[in-house]
Amino acid sequence: MMARRRAEGREVDLTAMLCLAPSVLYVIVMFVYPFLHGVYLSLRPAKQSGLSFANYAAFFSDEWQYGTIWITFSIAVPTTLIVVSTALFLAYGMRRGIRMERTITTILVLPVSLGVILLSIGIQGFYGSRGWFNQILLGSGLLSEPLQLTNNHTGVVLSLFMQQFPFCFLMLLGYISGIDPTLEKSARTLGAGSWTVFRRVMLPLMAPGIAIAVALVFVMSFAVFPSAILLGQPAGATRTIAIAAYHQAFEHYDMSYASAIAVIMGLCQLAGLLLIVLLRQRMVTAPTMGVGKR
Amino acid sequence: MTQSLDSLRFRITKRFGAKVVLDDFALEVRGRQFVTLLGPSGCGKSTALNIVAGLIPASDGELWIDEQRMDHLPTEKRGFGMVFQNYALFPHMTVFGNIAFGLELQRRPTAEIRERVRQMLALVQLPDFADRYPAQLSGGQQQRVAIARALVLQPRLLLLDEPLSNLDAKLRIEMRAEIKRLHASLGLTCIYVTHDQTEALSLSDWIVVMRDGIVMQAGPPDAIYNRPNNLFVADFMGFRNFFAGQIAADGRLQSATGALQLHGRGHEGLGQGEPATAAIRPEDVLVTADGTGGNQIRGRVEIVEYLGRDHEAVLRLEDQSSLWVHTPAPLAPGETVSVTLPPDKVIFLPGTPQMRP
Repeated sequence: MMARRRAEGREVDLTAMLCLAPSVLYVIVMFVYPFLHGVYLSLRPAKQSGLSFANYAAFFSDEWQYGTIWITFSIAVPTTLIVVSTALFLAYGMRRGIRMERTITTILVLPVSLGVILLSIGIQGFYGSRGWFNQILLGSGLLSEPLQLTNNHTGVVLSLFMQQFPFCFLMLLGYISGIDPTLEKSARTLGAGSWTVFRRVMLPLMAPGIAIAVALVFVMSFAVFPSAILLGQPAGATRTIAIAAYHQAFEHYDMSYASAIAVIMGLCQLAGLLLIVLLRQRMVTAPTMGVGKR
Repeated sequence: MTQSLDSLRFRITKRFGAKVVLDDFALEVRGRQFVTLLGPSGCGKSTALNIVAGLIPASDGELWIDEQRMDHLPTEKRGFGMVFQNYALFPHMTVFGNIAFGLELQRRPTAEIRERVRQMLALVQLPDFADRYPAQLSGGQQQRVAIARALVLQPRLLLLDEPLSNLDAKLRIEMRAEIKRLHASLGLTCIYVTHDQTEALSLSDWIVVMRDGIVMQAGPPDAIYNRPNNLFVADFMGFRNFFAGQIAADGRLQSATGALQLHGRGHEGLGQGEPATAAIRPEDVLVTADGTGGNQIRGRVEIVEYLGRDHEAVLRLEDQSSLWVHTPAPLAPGETVSVTLPPDKVIFLPGTPQMRP
């Protein structure tokens, strides 16, 4: 009996392995190998033979280069905070469903289907110094000079917001509407007002979803490239780390240095993720999350 | 320990778009009664309870407790306890945290909170479960915690929305006794919603049978059980055999097929020639060899099912109508038997099943 059960267990394991194989292969071919190759490349500078950290040393001794880390964080962190808090606010308000929910959701999600380039042109046209937004404010006398909303830091954040908000909003809406609505009802019968319901009941249950949203938006924002070029100042204020890597790779044709920058970028993203994971662990006390979901 | 209420009365109309879910549904409860709203799903009973709790806004109506109008207050200011079908315990808090939640919101001193939670856990017979999380409890234990969480605030009114429906049959009977015990010992007013007639009969002082947002009959359990005053309530209360017809000159019911003349009770309000239906429960039908007493009929046994305590048989009568019978004697399919419908067990109801009462 035991033997048979063990045999059955092994059989199931084998099936599971077989099913897993394509995805494992995919991860190896599409992620692990390129990543390791990049690390290897970064350790073999073009002007030297053998392995060395010369590229890393060069990066961290040149302010024009290492300054991109700060620039990128200064774009990614505010973007993440704005996107997640706006999405959370709206998704929480819509958790019980609203009238014309599908129409509203479609409008909110539409920007995703447009692509970055079209979106950037749209933002230039609308928020640019001679765009409608400024024209209206100038025409109505609210402003005497146009607001500079594009070709700077703000423009990049604005563009990233439009790209990432829909994803983040849909994800949080799905997560929040999965939380049993009777939890909220029972909290109210116990004397909790809407703020207490949010803080003591809903927020702890939403925390895992919010953490995932923060992580995704942060990582995507950190890799910002087209928006930083199209709506920022790619040679100055919005020269992000991705642009730095691109310059090395395709203007100086120094793949090794470019790889080193890419590895540094990856480590920065990893550091951000680690921080999010630590914060989430501190926030969540229950041993089994997801039990609030039906 | 609970400050009890003297009277509770409400009147609710609820419309969702054009659909009227509750049509001027009114109820008055005096003192520490246990009132049950009983009806099939979709009859509006849960909606009514949620409106009383303030969780759903009413389209029209009012709610009074001891001459204080409550329907303009938000849920959190009403101070009613509520127990839900799916327990609705906060999964991220321990049992202690769940029960202490309401007391913490009232900013009670820590020592008092600890003592009152301890008392509640003793009351619901879970003294050693304070540190567990809801996911580590069985359904019955979770529902006990949910009841403790509502009762710790000493509400004047406890609302229970099908609290036993998610439990298995054995646990349901245990918890039913538990709820009855708590109600008797704490002396608070309860409004209980269920679709289960046994629960309603065993727990309640007063039952309100509802259909489509309308009260079909209200009264004490024995009146609802023994003297349903319409076909819907009779059907819901386990009368399975219905014979449509009209009242004859001698007060008997002449069946529409002409084959049966039945004696029964409850025809006082029915005049001669009025359409009426005679009803009897399967367990009240007697299978008899001799022909004593009234309402003697014969039928051929079609199907026999063994139920443990007795058998359920379906008889085909001469006029081709069927009769459900519960009898301890095993009947053989195909055999012809004679049965008695004791006149004191046969009730006459106005209308016929074809006419919606």
